[in-house]
Amino acid sequence: MPDTKPLLDFVEKLKAEKPEAVTEVREALGEVTVFVPREHIVEACRFMKEVLDFDMLADLCGVDRGPEEDPRFEVNYHLFSTKHHKRLRLKVLLSEDDPHVATVTTVWKTANWHERETYDMFGIIFDGHPDLRRILLPSDFDGHPLRKDYPLRGYEPYSLT
Amino acid sequence: MRNIDFQEVLDQPLESHMTISMGPQHPSTHGVLRLELVLDGEMVVKVTPDIGYLHTGMEKLFEYKKYQQGIVITDRMDYLNPLGNNLAYVMAVEKLLQLEIPERAQVIRVMMCELQRIASHMVWLGTHALDIGAMSVFFYAFRQREKILNLIEAASGGRMTPSYFRIGGLMMDLPAGFEHRVKQFLDEFPEALEQFENLVSRNTLFQARTQGIGYISKEDAIDWGLTGPCLRGSGVDLDLRRDNPYSGYETYDFEVPVETGGDVWARFRVRMRELYESHKIIRQALERLKPGPIKADAPKVVLPDRADMRKHMDALIHHFLIIAEGFNVPPGEVYHAIEASKGELGVYIKSNGGPKPERVHFRGPSFVNLSALPVMAEGEMVADVIAIIGSIDIVLGEVDR
Repeated sequence: MPDTKPLLDFVEKLKAEKPEAVTEVREALGEVTVFVPREHIVEACRFMKEVLDFDMLADLCGVDRGPEEDPRFEVNYHLFSTKHHKRLRLKVLLSEDDPHVATVTTVWKTANWHERETYDMFGIIFDGHPDLRRILLPSDFDGHPLRKDYPLRGYEPYSLT
Repeated sequence: MRNIDFQEVLDQPLESHMTISMGPQHPSTHGVLRLELVLDGEMVVKVTPDIGYLHTGMEKLFEYKKYQQGIVITDRMDYLNPLGNNLAYVMAVEKLLQLEIPERAQVIRVMMCELQRIASHMVWLGTHALDIGAMSVFFYAFRQREKILNLIEAASGGRMTPSYFRIGGLMMDLPAGFEHRVKQFLDEFPEALEQFENLVSRNTLFQARTQGIGYISKEDAIDWGLTGPCLRGSGVDLDLRRDNPYSGYETYDFEVPVETGGDVWARFRVRMRELYESHKIIRQALERLKPGPIKADAPKVVLPDRADMRKHMDALIHHFLIIAEGFNVPPGEVYHAIEASKGELGVYIKSNGGPKPERVHFRGPSFVNLSALPVMAEGEMVADVIAIIGSIDIVLGEVDR
C-alpha cells in the first residue's frame, strides 16, 4: 500500500485554509477521499489547483447508491498533480430531490465532457455549465440509464423496427 | 492556432459560412465520430464533436456481471489496446482484494502490454499516414501488427479480444517456444522501425502536412486533461509507468520521450520514439522471465488449474463456487490508473461487498483527448483537421463505451 501521509498533509492544508469545505476525510487502500459540501466544491477545487498544485482533473464520475438511499448520488472528483504525481479524491453527496452541484468547468476545462456524461447518465445538474447537453445518448432519450432504478434493457421492449 | 478574431468571423453575414457534417461515416474519423464544422472558406471556425454513435452501455453492464466476467467487456472498449484495458481493470479489483501477484505474472503482463502498445501504435501510424495521403505505410505497419497479434493469439487464444489477464494473475502460462518467437520479433522490429523513419519521418511532404499544425500549449494541455503522447508532445514530462509505477515498471530501464512542439509533428515524434522504448522494455522483460507461478495464492478468487481439479476435491469446489456464485469483494472504492497506449486509462470501482460491483467507471484517454479537439483544430484548414484527429489517436469504442 502506498504511503498516504503526504496526501493527508495536503488535506490538512485544505482544512486549515478552508475548514468549511471538509466534512470528513476517509483513508482506505492507499487512497484518500475528502467529503466536500456541495456549496464549497468550486472553491475547494480552485484551492487544490492553485495552491496545492493538483493541476489536473483526471476524472469526474457519478455514483448512484440506489433509490432508497439518502443522499442518493455521489460525484467523485479525481485530482492528479503533474508536479508531485499524487492523487486525491473529492466527493460531493447529493440528494435525489435536488441533484444540483456547481460546475467546475471554471477551474478545469476538461470537466466539460465529464460533467455532460454524468448529467447524461445520472441526471445530475451542473449549475453554470456552458453546454449541458446529453453527450453519449441521443437528445430525445428517456431517462438516465446509470441510475439503479433504470432497467438494464430500458423502459421500452427492444425492437429493430 | 492562427491569429484570427473568431467573433469578427462569426459576425459576418451568413453567406460566407458553411456548416458541414464530417462523419459519422467518414474514413478519416476512425470509426463513427461526427464533427460539425463551421467553415469560412476552407478555414475551420468552429468544431463541435458529436459522439455516442458506438455507445453500448458498458458501465451499466458491469453492474450486472460478476467481477471476473467484467474482464471480457473491457476487451471491447479500446479494441486496439485490449490488454491495457484488462490490466487496468484487474489491477483495480486486485487493489480492492489486496492480492499479491507473483513475479512471473508481473513480468509477462509488462511484456504483453508493451507488445500491445507497439501494435496499437502501428495502427495509429498506418491510419495517420493513410489519412494524410501516404497509403503504403498502412501495409507495412499492419504487417508488424500482424506479428504481434499472432503472438497474443498464441498466448491467449484471441487476437483482438484476449482477456489474458485475470484477477490474481494470468489466464494461463505462455506456450512453449513463445520466448523464441518474441525474440525473433524483437530482432526484426528495428529494421521495420528504420523503414518507417525513412518512409514517414524523413518524408518532406509528411513533415509539411504535420509541422506547425494543431498546436496546443503546455498549460492548455494540462487544463484539458490530455494524457499520454498528446501531453508529452506539448512538453509535459509525465508518464505513469515512471511516475506512478505499477506491475514493477520502476525496475525497468527506459526513457520517457518528450517533445516541446505541441503540434501534430511533436505528437508523431513522441509515439515514434515510444516504439523504441517499448522495444527496450520487452527485451528486458524477456531476460527476466523465470519459471514460477502465474497466479496468486488465493483459492477463493483465482480459478484452480485443470490438473488440480481432477485430483483435489477442494479445487473442484472452489472452481464451482467461483464460476457459479463469484467471489465477494470487500466494500470500498478505488481509482487505479495505468499508462495505456493513448494515455491515462483510469478505472473507478465501487464495491458494496458482493460478487458484483456497485459502480464501474472508465476514464478513457480517447474520450478526454478528443474533447480538446476544438482547441487544436479551430483556425486551421479542413484538410488539417484530418491530420489532427490522426494525431490524437482516438478509438471510438473507448470514447463511447
